[in-house]
Amino acid sequence: MRLKFIEERIAKILMSLASLLVILFVVSILYTILKRGMPALNWDMATKIPEGGYYNGGGGGVLNAIMGSLFIVLGSTILGLLISIPVVFYMNVYLSKTSKLAYISRLAFDVMFGIPSIVYGAFAFSIMIYLGMRTSLGGGILVITLLVIPIFIRSMDEVAQHLPKDLLDASYSLGATKLETIKVVLLQIAPGIATATLLSVGRAIGDAAGVMFTAGFTDSIPTSLSAPAATLPLSVFFQLSSPSASVQDRAYASALILTIIVLIISVLGRLVTTYFSKNKI
Amino acid sequence: MKEFQYKNPTRATWAEDYSFLNNDLDNSKLEGDKNKKSNLKVTDLNLYIHQHHILKNVSLEIPDNKITCIIGPSGCGKSTLLKTFNRLIDDTEGIRYDGSIWVDDVDIFDKKTEITDIRKKMGLLSQRPCPLPMSIYDNITFGCKLHGIRNKKRLAEIVEEQLKAVGLWEEVKDRLHAPASKLSIGQQQRLCLARGLAVEPEFILADEATSALDPISSKHIEELFVELKKDYAIILVTHTLRQALRIADHVIFMYLGKVIEAGPADEIFNNPKEELTRKYLEGAFS
Ligand SMILES: Nc1ncnc2c1ncn2[C@@H]1O[C@H](COP(=O)(O)OP(=O)(O)O)[C@@H](O)[C@H]1O
Ligand SMILES: [Mg+2]
Repeated sequence: MRLKFIEERIAKILMSLASLLVILFVVSILYTILKRGMPALNWDMATKIPEGGYYNGGGGGVLNAIMGSLFIVLGSTILGLLISIPVVFYMNVYLSKTSKLAYISRLAFDVMFGIPSIVYGAFAFSIMIYLGMRTSLGGGILVITLLVIPIFIRSMDEVAQHLPKDLLDASYSLGATKLETIKVVLLQIAPGIATATLLSVGRAIGDAAGVMFTAGFTDSIPTSLSAPAATLPLSVFFQLSSPSASVQDRAYASALILTIIVLIISVLGRLVTTYFSKNKI
Repeated sequence: MKEFQYKNPTRATWAEDYSFLNNDLDNSKLEGDKNKKSNLKVTDLNLYIHQHHILKNVSLEIPDNKITCIIGPSGCGKSTLLKTFNRLIDDTEGIRYDGSIWVDDVDIFDKKTEITDIRKKMGLLSQRPCPLPMSIYDNITFGCKLHGIRNKKRLAEIVEEQLKAVGLWEEVKDRLHAPASKLSIGQQQRLCLARGLAVEPEFILADEATSALDPISSKHIEELFVELKKDYAIILVTHTLRQALRIADHVIFMYLGKVIEAGPADEIFNNPKEELTRKYLEGAFS
């Protein structure tokens, strides 16, 4: 057999092994969560807030954390998009390919990307103390917004950097200003925006360290931006810390709920992405 | 009120068509366009990108209602010249130019000239068709909306007129709201032409607009140019001499950033004055 066919075959085996390894990893995590969480999962878990003594085995559920997490995700996604889209548009339409400002900004966003969320949390916490703010839903949204902005910007930017020059020229030659061209740009990078949103929702909903100091934790559903808010990861953490095995099982059930929410958002996100990709040239 | 009739949109009929419209349009201005001659004149244009002197002392005039072909070997500055006409070149890094370009007696390099006004007068057709990432319908209305046409009925009429003008109506009338990217390359190029015509330009700038197309689509576009020249001044950059031979009325031959010779197609092709032009036409270099 010729060498290149042997190479081909070995490469194929290695690639499928790597894929299998990843799948195995995911399956074993899911297995653990399902095995311990399924028995503890019941309707109360998803529809009730903790009753007195919940963390010692009392009744109730984690609706407080579910709602807190959803509010934080929603708030930070909207704020994050509102801040990131203008930045991406500015970097790719107004600044030239060789612009130093664009280069430095990209570098800065890469660094922001790598900063652990506990650092954002500590940073926001010190500002909140300075301002006399208490832990609150608003604080949590702010910190998670900081966390997702680099994800938004860098993943949208990756797509926007490949905007065809001809496309911008086509818009300009119809008499559009750069600002008026934003519609064309948004439609062209729409799939990138959808992917960026998916990535950042994943990070936002799963973060525990950032919200620990800033959103706090509470057994009730937040009714205003200044009320403290519980989050699912922290709820999992507190339940896992309990010495009682049945409460620990509920931690796995909460993790299962978190996973299901992420799954639903991902599937919806993919549908939206497909929808928005249809016009892309 | 006169019955509205669809016909090939010429600038003259455009003005008529508009007269049925509600008052959000300035009729008098459009009436004025009817008899106006399109006029483009370049004097002593020099253009540099960084240190490179790309266009050297270019002076020329583009006749109205004619197809002007800019020919010359690749890299001689044809695309650069074309992009200077609507100042798309402005976005290039390290660009510098002097001299002047007069479009309808307005200096387009003048600081007071609104760049979008200049661009509106020039329909652009690029080498590869580049539909906007939206539906066929929205591709055509995008430009109209930029220039203030909001009336839904009017927009629908423009879409139909322009698609008919480029012979695309029958092919797409049942899927106007389908993405433009789903059309074949040849159809996309005709859509891009229709999109440009919808903003009522005076000039059509085409940069090797048929080079990415199959022979039948190319022929279609060429025929459209011949038909459209009665209403527009068409400036076509081409590096296929045959195309220039087929459709050019007026020819500009460029070499290394200079205009070597310009004149009526017959003269240039049958009786070139310059040695370089003769050599190029004989295929000594390309
Ligand atoms: N952005 C640019 N930077 C530097 N040189 C350029 C740039 N664009 C074009 N040129 C140079 O300008 C000359 C003319 O290019 P172009 O107008 O594209 O030629 P043509 O369309 O006739 O083939 C070429 O020598 C090309 O290398
Ligand atoms: Mg060219």
